[in-house]
Amino acid sequence: MSLLDYFRITKGGSASLAKERLQILVAHERSSRNQPSYLPQLQKELLEVIRKYIHVEQDAISVNFEQDDNQETLEVNIVLPDIDTKKTKNAKNT
Amino acid sequence: MARIIVVTSGKGGVGKTTTSAAIAMGLAKKGHKTAVIDFDVGLRNLDLIMGCERRVVYDFVNVINQEATLNQALIRDKNCNLLYILPASQTRDKDALSLEGVGRVLDELKKDFKYIVCDSPAGIEKGAHLAMYFADDAFVVTNPEVSSVRDSDRMLGILASKSRRAELSEEPIKEYLLLTRYSPDRVKLGEMLSVDDVQEILSLHLLGVIPESKSVLNASNSGTPVILDEKSDAGQAYADIVARYLGENRPHRFIDDKKGFFRNFFGGK
Ligand SMILES: Nc1ncnc2c1ncn2[C@@H]1O[C@H](COP(=O)(O)OP(=O)(O)OP(=O)(O)O)[C@@H](O)[C@H]1O
Ligand SMILES: [Mg+2]
Repeated sequence: MSLLDYFRITKGGSASLAKERLQILVAHERSSRNQPSYLPQLQKELLEVIRKYIHVEQDAISVNFEQDDNQETLEVNIVLPDIDTKKTKNAKNT
Repeated sequence: MARIIVVTSGKGGVGKTTTSAAIAMGLAKKGHKTAVIDFDVGLRNLDLIMGCERRVVYDFVNVINQEATLNQALIRDKNCNLLYILPASQTRDKDALSLEGVGRVLDELKKDFKYIVCDSPAGIEKGAHLAMYFADDAFVVTNPEVSSVRDSDRMLGILASKSRRAELSEEPIKEYLLLTRYSPDRVKLGEMLSVDDVQEILSLHLLGVIPESKSVLNASNSGTPVILDEKSDAGQAYADIVARYLGENRPHRFIDDKKGFFRNFFGGK
């Protein structure tokens, strides 16, 4: 970086912010673009199965598909209800 | 072999029609028989930019519906006899273009033309899909601005998955970046994404940078593609782009601020 560039950055231009935001957004959109089309249905059905046994919220499950050069991974994340949830809820209600 | 070039962007108003008119004229001026097609059904504008609006009799949809022959609909350019324009229809019927019909017209054009330039409408709906579907090369027109860069990236995803080449698992469409409405002085001040920033995000081959230029409005006012204004910066930028596309090696211009070092250094504007 030249001395001149240094002065420019301190001028507080917003381009670097634009770049940073775009890099994050584009990376995110690219990874979801390559997702297999069955993913939403898989997520829905998994949720139904789990709900037969455990009461979880609609958003408690996330299914992520990732792809790199030599492998594809499917990551399923289920957040089980907090044991204390009931207590805290009750406490709030009283 | 004929090549089909789509000029596309996702986002509207970034300079697709300006670019289509300029590069089609540039290719024809270099001796290649070229057709430029307006895919913006319902919002025809290429005819105005090319200055042939009063000579439109038949249009793209008439040809597809076999109400006119291709030769009846093609308009020969007034400045260059190797350039022909196929205007869009002004119909409001969104389904006026069909994949099969577009394919048939392009196949017929391929017999007679070296380059077929498709001016895509904005968006990612049917018109934009049809404009890119048969393409061999894509000119992705992008402005150095967040929403334009994001939409270009989406369009790249569509080119890679929804085109004929993708569906038939042929060699993918060749994608090129055309960064337009660029202001080197604003980039220097850190107010605008630089060409390096945009290239880093999109990782595309840069065909050229077109500066923000008054000559573009002048050209559209008079209905002559800006590339014919050989003295203008935008005209020269487009001429470079055509030359590079045809394989000439030309250094990039219009990326750096021409204004003096000291003026910038001391914050003068
Ligand atoms: N390099 C440039 N410098 C200044 N103005 C420009 C430049 N390129 C394009 N413009 C202006 O931007 C506007 C939009 O250009 P144009 O019609 O080519 O965009 P478009 O992408 O075809 O739009 P649409 O999505 O509506 O089809 C026009 O007013 C045009 O004059
Ligand atoms: Mg247009």
